[in-house]
Order: sequence, then C-alpha cells, then structure tokens
Amino acid sequence: MPEVLKAPLVVEFPFTRSLGPVQSAFLTGLRDRVVLGVRTGDGRTLVPPVEYDPVTAEEIRDLVEVAPTGTVTTWAWNHEPRRGQPLSSPFAWVLVRLDGADTALLHALDAPGPDAVHTGLRVRVRWAEDRVGAITDIACFEPYDGDPAQPTGHSGEFEDPVTGIVAAARLDYTYSPGRAQTAYINALADHRAVGERCPSCRKVYVPPRGACPTCGVATAEQVEVGPAGTVTTFCIVNIKAKNLDIEVPYVYAHIALDGADLALHGRIGGIPYDQVRMGLRVEPVWTDGGRYPDHYRPTGEPDADYETYKELL
Amino acid sequence: MTRDIAVVAFAQSDILRTTEEQSEVEMLMPVLHDVLDRTGLKTADIGFTCSGSCDYLAGRAFSFTLALDGVGAWPPISESHVETDGAWALYEAWTKLLSGDADTALVYSYGKSSPGSVRDVLTRQLDPYYVAPLWPDSVALAALQAQALIDAGDTDEPALAGIGTRSRATDNTRAQLRGSVPQGDYVVRPLRTGDCPPIGDGAAAVVLAAGERARELCSRPAWIRGIDHRIEAHGLGVRDLTDSPSTRLAAEKAGAFERPVDTAELHAPFSSQEVVLRKALRLDENVRVNPSGGALAANPMMAAGLIRIGEAAARIHRGESDRALAHATSGPCLQQNLVAVLEGDPR
Repeated sequence: MPEVLKAPLVVEFPFTRSLGPVQSAFLTGLRDRVVLGVRTGDGRTLVPPVEYDPVTAEEIRDLVEVAPTGTVTTWAWNHEPRRGQPLSSPFAWVLVRLDGADTALLHALDAPGPDAVHTGLRVRVRWAEDRVGAITDIACFEPYDGDPAQPTGHSGEFEDPVTGIVAAARLDYTYSPGRAQTAYINALADHRAVGERCPSCRKVYVPPRGACPTCGVATAEQVEVGPAGTVTTFCIVNIKAKNLDIEVPYVYAHIALDGADLALHGRIGGIPYDQVRMGLRVEPVWTDGGRYPDHYRPTGEPDADYETYKELL
Repeated sequence: MTRDIAVVAFAQSDILRTTEEQSEVEMLMPVLHDVLDRTGLKTADIGFTCSGSCDYLAGRAFSFTLALDGVGAWPPISESHVETDGAWALYEAWTKLLSGDADTALVYSYGKSSPGSVRDVLTRQLDPYYVAPLWPDSVALAALQAQALIDAGDTDEPALAGIGTRSRATDNTRAQLRGSVPQGDYVVRPLRTGDCPPIGDGAAAVVLAAGERARELCSRPAWIRGIDHRIEAHGLGVRDLTDSPSTRLAAEKAGAFERPVDTAELHAPFSSQEVVLRKALRLDENVRVNPSGGALAANPMMAAGLIRIGEAAARIHRGESDRALAHATSGPCLQQNLVAVLEGDPR
C-alpha cells in the first residue's frame, strides 16, 4: 500500500464573546487593578465570580472587592510551558484563594523552582503591563510574604466597562484522509478518477471513503470512472466568494462520471451559464499542476437520456 | 413501562498510538461488524443507533456524519449522536429502549487523538472567559488534583505509581500499554508519565437489547440495573478536588450501594483519579478494579468510557462477574461522571 497522504491542518478562530454584568465587572476590574468577587445568598464570596450560585442556581449580582493577595490551595509544577500559557519559563499552576474569597482562582505562579512552592504559600497578583479586561491582565502570581493587601473599597461600578472579549483559539493537526481517499487523491494527480465498488450492492462510489453508506461494509475494489460524465442537477451561483477568482454568475453542478453510481460536484465552464442543463455531457479540464479538475466543460455529445441518470440526482 | 435492558455484545479495536492509514470510518467499521456478528444482527435489524465522538479531535465540523457510512444509514435509520464519550450515547440509547420505541440499539464511539495535540485540544472544553485563555492542559489540571490529594494525605507518589503498575499488568490484548511501563519523569509535577494515560486512537461498540430480545441474542445478558450521570460546578476552585460528589450521587441513583459489586471498571485517566473514585464509590479491597487495565492502559478519547461499560458487561457475559459497576467521566478533574450497575442472571 502506498503511503497515506498527510498535510498540516490549522483550525484558528477569534471567538468573540459578550460578557454578562458579573463577568464584565470582574474583567473590567482586572483592567483597573481591582479584583472583584460575587457574594452568594449564604454569604460566601466567589472569586472568580459567576452569575449564578453553583449550589442554588440563584442569580447573584452582589459584587464585592477582595485583596490581590492570597494563599495557594493546590499547585502543580509545569517544567515545560506550552504555547499560549501565561509564562514561557517553568512555572507552577496554582489555585489561589484570595484574601476575602471563599473559592480559588486558577492561574500561574512565577517561582524559581518546585522547592519554592507549597500549598499554603502566600502570593500576590503581578499585574500585566498592558491590561485590556481579560484574565491575562493578571500576568501571574508571585510569592509574597507581607501582610494581606487591603481592598480599596471599590463599588464594582465602572464608567467604561469591558463588555466583551476576543478569545483567540488555534489548534494544529496533521490531517490524514485515510486509505481510500488517499488513493482517490493520488489518482487525481495522474488526471484519473477512481471510485470503489461495494462488494454487496455493487455500486461504485466516487470519491470513495472506504465504506458503502448503504450497506455499511468496507469497499476496496478500485474502479476507474469517467473521465466524461453527465450533469444530473445544477445551480447558478450569483455571489462571488471571497478569495475565489471566478466571475459570477457561474454554474455549480452534480456530475455523474461514467461508471459511477454517485454524483460528485464541480463547476461547469466553457458554456454560458444559462445554457447549462440536466443531461449535459461534460469532461474535466485540468490546469497546469492542478491536483483536481479546475472545472468541467461540454464534450459536444448529445445530451444523456433522463432514464440513464435519474437515480443519481 | 418498565423493561429490563441489557448489554448483549461488546467489541473494540486495538488501541494504537496512531491510525493515520485509516480514516475514522475505516477504523470504526471492523468494530461495528464485530459487535453485530456477536449477535447475528444486521444493521437493518437495529432499532436505534447512537454514537459519541468529538469534532475537536478531528479538527472538522460534523465529523460524525462521515462515520455514519459505517452503519449503512440508507435507507434512513433512527439515529442520534452525542458530542462526548460514548457512555453518554449508551445512556441515550438506554432511555430510548426504556421508552419502548426500540428493542435493540447499536451504540458506538471512536476517537483519533493522533492528528492533533490532545493536551491542547482538551483546553477548548474549559470555561472560555476565565480559564481557556490561560491554556491549562489536561495533565496540568489533573496534577492540581493529584497535589490536593497528596496534601490531604489520601495518597502519595509511590501509591500513585502502584496504581499505574497494577493497571498495566493486564492481559487485555487490545490495550495500548501493557506490562512493565516505567514510571518516568514528571509531565506536570506531581504526575509522571506513568500516572498519565497513553494517547491513542480507537473505537468501541455495544449492542443493547430489551427483555426477551436480550435473552435471544446473548446467553448471559448484562442487565443494566441502574444508570445515572451527574456534573460538578464548572469552576475548579469551587470544587473540593479530593472528592467526587457527582460520582457518589450517580452511583447512589444507579443503585450501586444497594449490594456490593465484585468488579469495577473505572474511567480514571490519571492514577490520582482512581483514588478519588475509589473513595466516592466506597470500593474496598474485595472489588476487582479495572481488570481490563482501565484508561491508564488505553484511553481512546470518547470511547474509553463506553469501553468501561463494555468491559464490565463482557465479564458478565463470560461468567467472570455477577454484579459489576462501570464508570465514565468527561471534562477536567472528573467534572462529569456516569455510573452504571450491571448484573448477570443468578447462576
């Protein structure tokens, strides 16, 4: 078996999220070097604050300032920081209960080594230089042996509150399409289309995915199909896609390649868009170095009879 | 309407570090055929199909739809999907059978962790406002829990190493890590490589059947006596990480405490989490814990929880257990927990 294809796949998205009143106050507070918690009905102070009591599900809005100093409740030494984490040199992950809070906040602790960290260690917030209203406005925590800091008496009201965050996410993959699709893509490089025949229903699937979706069995027998085919149905695209250098309107069609029992889709060119029709006979057009047909154009043959493709619409 | 529902068949793939030569459906299909062969059923005979998987592992939206090719979804079938471990797909199938809408169900789940970096991928399930922007990976969060347990005197590093060693001393040929596995260096202290699950690809499937249908399909069905799942507060700093009240409550609702179990299949991806679960489930030394090796021997994401139910059921099928507990988890530090109690007919 030839080696399967592999390619990098990056999934990246700047998630834009709006904040509720409590999250807005907390993150705005961080921007202004103030740490806020929220008081529950039974008098506990949650930091970081949430909008609903995790025990009673009651809505809570009673903001209360806590100190930027606190105590480590548990920790873990991270000797190999990963992309996106708060510090690039070895650090401790910590849960910190800030003075005045009843719950703990997750963040990083800058310490010289694991021997300098223990549960119960006193720490304080180290503020980021550029603060925008995000959890990363706390650059990290650092060991602190002074007295608990005194809250400033902030009300939790801000003149220009932060109302949203952009949470950028990026994940890297090495994508492999598996055996069947690798064979299909490799054949396309030779300007050939190959499908796979189901051993049970004998239908030929193109592109093949290694399974017959009707019978639920593996397909393996390769069958060369095309190159010509029949337009089974189509639509006219009137809106230009971003980064796509194709003039509108153009036609996108389902094309049943000769010998295939499933239509694939592709663009129709070489004919005015308003003359494309069901039954039109087409063939692939390859551009230099292209790994798949750029588009399909009419072969000039007479149109296919409806009976020959009605099962493939 | 009360019906007795049983696991009547279980199958799983070999769990491997990478399966790049196979697409997801190519990896899954032999498992589906295996589980159906054990009952003599064809896909067309199945009343309800439910699957579990996760788009973030594949890096593609609606990735589960491609896997549907493996069950033959034409003509249309009654089908559903959960975006989490297949144990929760089994829960959905169980309720479907309870309702009387179907007599048999096929439940499958699969995950390929090899294309991405699973430690990074799992950060995307965390609170997006306060936690995810810090990118704390799955091992880091488990390590915070492990340190809390050590501080509380519930365990220590040698005891954790013992859990890893015992888990991998399994004769389960499907497992990814077996035999003598070095405890290794710290990944995130106090957890070493030996305390962490292997990263692997794999798939699993079970068939459920109700009442007499179960007896026709299996000589000793694994009857589901109870099943329940519960969740903790999402804020890690709100929870007592040394305990798992959600597991205890799920076990209570599933009837786990009514009579002792002889076997427990626990989904504890980290050695420290077995300590938490044993305490929450009140398991004593008489209970055989994870004879399959558990998640420390093989942890295919989205299938490892379903495999716990399948392994527990298979032991009942083989007459090696009479009453078994199966547990599945999802989320950081045992955030969500499902408990099922399975029994064989008296012998």
